[in-house]
Amino acid sequence: MRKHSVKSAAIVGATLLVVAACGSNKEEGGTAGGSCDTSKGTLTVGVVAPLSGNLSALGIGIKQSAELAVDEANQKCTVKGYKLTVSAQDDEANPAKGAQAATKLSTDPNVVGVVGTLNSSVAQTVQPILRDKKIPQVSPANTNPTLTRGNDFLTAPKRQFDNYFRVCATDDLQGPYAANYLVEKAGKKKIAIITDGKTYGAGLAAELSKQVAKKGGQIVGQETVGEKDTDFSGVIAKVKALAPEAVYYGGEYPAAGPLSKQMASAGLNVPVMGGDGIFDPKFIELGGKEGDLATSVGAPTESLATAKAFVDAYKKKFGKEDYAAYGAFSYDAANAIIGALAKTIDGSAWDESKRDAMLTNVGSYSGSGATGEVKFDQYGDSTNKVLTVYSVTSGKWKDVQTGEFTG
Amino acid sequence: MSVLLQQLANGVIQGALIALIALGYTMVYGIIQLINFAHGEVFMVASYGGLATFTLLPDDLKKSPAVALPLMFVGGIVVAVLVAVIMERFAYRPLRNAPRLAPLITALGVSVFLQEAVRVWYPDATSNLPYPKVFPEGGLSLGSVNIAWTGVLLVGLSVGLSVILQTYINKSRMGRAMRATAQDPDTAKLMGVNPDRVIVLTFIFGAVLAGVAGVMFGGYLNNINIDMGFQNGIFAFTAAVLGGVGSIRGAVIGAFIIGLIKTLAGQYMPGGTQYDYVWIFVVLILVLVFRPQGLFGEPERVRA
Repeated sequence: MRKHSVKSAAIVGATLLVVAACGSNKEEGGTAGGSCDTSKGTLTVGVVAPLSGNLSALGIGIKQSAELAVDEANQKCTVKGYKLTVSAQDDEANPAKGAQAATKLSTDPNVVGVVGTLNSSVAQTVQPILRDKKIPQVSPANTNPTLTRGNDFLTAPKRQFDNYFRVCATDDLQGPYAANYLVEKAGKKKIAIITDGKTYGAGLAAELSKQVAKKGGQIVGQETVGEKDTDFSGVIAKVKALAPEAVYYGGEYPAAGPLSKQMASAGLNVPVMGGDGIFDPKFIELGGKEGDLATSVGAPTESLATAKAFVDAYKKKFGKEDYAAYGAFSYDAANAIIGALAKTIDGSAWDESKRDAMLTNVGSYSGSGATGEVKFDQYGDSTNKVLTVYSVTSGKWKDVQTGEFTG
Repeated sequence: MSVLLQQLANGVIQGALIALIALGYTMVYGIIQLINFAHGEVFMVASYGGLATFTLLPDDLKKSPAVALPLMFVGGIVVAVLVAVIMERFAYRPLRNAPRLAPLITALGVSVFLQEAVRVWYPDATSNLPYPKVFPEGGLSLGSVNIAWTGVLLVGLSVGLSVILQTYINKSRMGRAMRATAQDPDTAKLMGVNPDRVIVLTFIFGAVLAGVAGVMFGGYLNNINIDMGFQNGIFAFTAAVLGGVGSIRGAVIGAFIIGLIKTLAGQYMPGGTQYDYVWIFVVLILVLVFRPQGLFGEPERVRA
């Protein structure tokens, strides 16, 4: 662990230098939309996501999609008098690094809002730092329900942070939705659970197991693997003895892919199912096998009419369609911040006193985005509760069922 | 019963991997009393070296495992040896007579450097990379116990190479020079042993073993990442301490003990797989309380 802190200190130091060199440069001429009036300077949309490390495929999709939204706003002169930029900070999927990134963004008076984080565990440390500065945070990917509604999210929901919003559905819907599919649609009654023990994975698995029991299925065992484990043979042998019909993995693809592959070579040929954290092409590349399942938030990006414009624009700007699982959500999250900012400024100049109005405007934001309708409820959760089940078919994720969780 | 046998097999395979790395820790410590924390990264770099070798092969060779696989081992070992020799020459040799803490901290620095270097310069190394499928697929099925061929190969290589190493050190002229340098570097020098050569050779031996381990790790688990050296390095270091740092036999036995504790504790101890690491360190602490020198370590050694 000490190695990590040395490493990150060096990285953060280097990042600070780079960002200091290019940050808050009001004279910087915009390449896009030269016709817009940017006389009042530059405002920044922050991004906090894992830009390096195992989850960087997801993090980079989030960052680039936010950049796309900001570029388009600059071209359309959405925010009068200002040019917008993106300041992307790497959280390495690590809560402590996330806190550093949030602190850095929160000390910049030009940061009007933050898109992020990817991980629910990182959100827990970022939320309070941004709240103290009244900076709105819109997450494209946090699915843990306690972030918005507290520990008793089912019985006594209570808003946790008035600056925190998200554009994706939560695990108290995603877990049960997966359970319904497994037990009712796929007919898998005996399910073993393996998690990485983190906020996201453990929470998702807990929600799933409640619903499995309700639907007459059975959780035959629950195991935990280390976040950096690579050899899962011990866990697999233990689970295999319980003869499950499916294994639910609460965690992310860097472990889930190899786990699926190692299960097959150990002779445990049952599907692995996971949440949005394993819904990535990398899962298949790393060993995910045919018939493995994942739920993810929203409808399949390619199938939504509203998403087509986003996909085309993304491809045009970055050349590849590597927006990953949360690109469309990140694009919508950034647009929510930009839309609220345009309303807040409305011809006047940005200053600290505008922050309260900014929060209110994000909360009341309503727009049609790449993932459908973008709107927030009284807890900051998305009103869009659509979920999709995907299955690995001929080496690709293919959607098999889209809908809302109805109980 | 079949679960027990499966877990024993899993534990032995994990132990075999750890043993290959642990030998590098224990040999270097035996000769220059340095805990070379960067050794785990040598193992990691070797894995990427093997992968790079495969990537650079012409397409028709990629399809023939009989050619590609040995070349990957050669590539991995060459990279590991180069890194280890450069590391010894430029990071540790200048500090040979410095207080012990200086090379130790240098080792941590080298470790961070290697990890970051791979992350920055190896294409796409920011996330897990899949290993090519040139290793024999499938495995041995004994009743309900499955053992992958790569696992069998790993155990065979690990045990075979440890025996060769042990024999070399006990029987050969150079092996005697190594033992002499370990016992008393100054007297060994007076007897005509060139300590620089002995030390470099020790690093090379460790790197060759780590190189084999790195490529086998990729083959057995199908994918590699830049953290793998840290994780397995910790296990290997623990194995070396458990067996008695400086002892070849101790490191190998310590490694198998750790592999077995990890899988068996995950299966049978309360808390299951969530607490398997805990039992490894409980055993380590107990051994160190009653035998501070480790299982096969020498109780005391007066140094010049």
